[in-house]
Amino acid sequence: MSAETLIRVDNVGKKFCRDLKTGLWYGVRDLVSEFTGSANSGKQHLRPKEFWAVDDISFELKRGECLGLIGRNGAGKSTLLKMLNGLIKPDKGRIEMNGRIGALIELGAGFNPILTGRENIYNNGSVLGLKKKEIDGLLEEIIDFSEIGSFIDTPVQFYSSGMKVRLGFSVAVHMKPDVLILDEVLAVGDSGFKMKSFNKINEIMREAAVIFVSHSMPHIATITNQVLLMEAGKSAYQGDDVALGIDKYFSHFSGTDPKIEFNGLAQIKHFAIIPSHRYAQEKEEHPLIDYREDIEVDIHLSIDRSVADFHIKLQITDKDLKIVGIYDSFQFQEAVSNDREEHKLRITLPQSIFIDGEYAVSVFIQNRNVDTKRMNILGLYRYWQKFKMRASKGLGVVPAVVYLPGTISNHSLAEISETPTKTLKTL
Amino acid sequence: MEKRIYTPESNIQRPWIMLRDMLADMRRGQDLALRLTIRDIKALYRQSFLGLLWAFIIPIANTLTWIFLNSSGIVSVETTALPYPVYVFTGTMIWAIFMESMQAPLTKTTQNKSVLAKVNFPREAIIMSAVYESVFNACIKGLILIVAVIALGYAGGWSMLLFPVALLAIILAGTTIGLMLTPIGTLYADISKAIPLIMQFLMFTAPVVFTIPAEGKAAWVIRHNPLTPLVSTARDWLTGGAPEFLNGFWLVTAIFAVVFLLVLIAYRLAMPILIERMNA
Repeated sequence: MSAETLIRVDNVGKKFCRDLKTGLWYGVRDLVSEFTGSANSGKQHLRPKEFWAVDDISFELKRGECLGLIGRNGAGKSTLLKMLNGLIKPDKGRIEMNGRIGALIELGAGFNPILTGRENIYNNGSVLGLKKKEIDGLLEEIIDFSEIGSFIDTPVQFYSSGMKVRLGFSVAVHMKPDVLILDEVLAVGDSGFKMKSFNKINEIMREAAVIFVSHSMPHIATITNQVLLMEAGKSAYQGDDVALGIDKYFSHFSGTDPKIEFNGLAQIKHFAIIPSHRYAQEKEEHPLIDYREDIEVDIHLSIDRSVADFHIKLQITDKDLKIVGIYDSFQFQEAVSNDREEHKLRITLPQSIFIDGEYAVSVFIQNRNVDTKRMNILGLYRYWQKFKMRASKGLGVVPAVVYLPGTISNHSLAEISETPTKTLKTL
Repeated sequence: MEKRIYTPESNIQRPWIMLRDMLADMRRGQDLALRLTIRDIKALYRQSFLGLLWAFIIPIANTLTWIFLNSSGIVSVETTALPYPVYVFTGTMIWAIFMESMQAPLTKTTQNKSVLAKVNFPREAIIMSAVYESVFNACIKGLILIVAVIALGYAGGWSMLLFPVALLAIILAGTTIGLMLTPIGTLYADISKAIPLIMQFLMFTAPVVFTIPAEGKAAWVIRHNPLTPLVSTARDWLTGGAPEFLNGFWLVTAIFAVVFLLVLIAYRLAMPILIERMNA
């Protein structure tokens, strides 16, 4: 039972039109060819102003598997989902779907605002193909899970968006689908409900094939066991190395291009991150740092004469542009006095425990105004240098920022030894 | 386990499979259609103070307008077997039933745009719910008509039993025409803008507020309007007049029944293409 293929997608493609009016006219022509049955001819090539929104996508999904569909906005993810759900027809290729399909393309679809939550559950249920009796049996569970409580008899128009999300999700997951399609639906719920939802998805996954679209890579990393990265309609990566897929997804962003935001009073002449010893020979684009090695930064600066002294702040961001660490010299020492033409500094951040991935370092050169107790920025070099961490021994991408070091000692065997429980040794 | 296959080929190339699927979907969609209908009827009257009264107000207002126009001599209508107010009242009521059933498919499809674009369910349910709602509306109006003609003393006796048949034929005709316009109507707003215009023309060329002149161009047009037999027979059965267009009535009904099946198939085929272009 666990090995049956529920979704089979072969070389599927879909065209869209860039221009509204032309698109409508093509719509009319498509209608005519659909009615006459001559739809095949000319479907494979593009008419003027058309493009492939989904191009040549193939995959299979079995019961118990979860595919993470990732890609930038407009990569064709939702279009692909709509085809899988039978809402629109592919322009080429073939899609085979088995079993009951539960799809949440958009939450709250089908909610009528002036009807109550309860009435809407019945409406949604019958849209998804359930009989009234079946819904009766599930009603209690659905309401419980959604945490709507006594608001269930309130018109949906008075619901908060989070409440709508909870109700919609609750309805969809309780319909016992064989295939569950979730399109970016958990973004709205609060964290408590998100947790609950992930547990629920994990539960459903045992008996269903799940396709999950999200822009939140930690979510993708936690629940999917294979990914399909789409880029301009095409598959850019496909496979069960979720970490690699996520890495490729992030490498599409140009948001972390180095850029000088301000260098009026301080200029960086030279900036380098020293790779760890064991990776010193590897020819990589960015320096590689090993787990629990120091991050060493060489920085050559020239500061305007009018500035007496300065501090340096290094801000480390991950690919999600999330700030994962800040070093500020202000916390550790007196300001460096500006007593020479060029400062040749080395900053050491000991024992980096960041997880695997690519990081960017932004450099703030600032000096502190004693009166206002504020920092004035002398120079800001955003995402100036990148480095990569090689940290785990095969854990892949984890939903964390750092790997905490630690050891286990077994007291049951060696009660005589007086080793303290908090041993800390390098890996 | 249910298996679905989606390919670019038009389903019309496998007509029997498509018909089978369509019938299966109609069966599956029954429950949903009923829910949609109840939902919409409830929704229609929930946020309205006068509620169901609106079903009466509009035809009565229409009737009053025409009575006024006729009595003031602005528009003069040839004498009819029925007193003019009764003629106009029955005419406008029957016409309203036709209009509502004609607008229902397009309105329902547009109304449910967002659901159609996001949830896969038997599309036929939308049409069925449109028909249910038309029947519901027709029941109210039909009841008013029956009560009115009895109260006014123009009841038609036994032939009144056939009146519901005529109403069903009118709903069939309306739904068919409406369904025919729906695919293009969802793409281009021009259709819904043009409908009132076309409807006005059709109304004046059917025996709704005007009687059929004995001769002339107008007479020819009115006699060849496919709606003429429907409206006139419905009124005749209701008020006990001798139905002048009985053969035409059955012929037109039969034609509409066949066309209805065809447009139902067309609707099914058109839906994926429409959803793709709908900006829901």
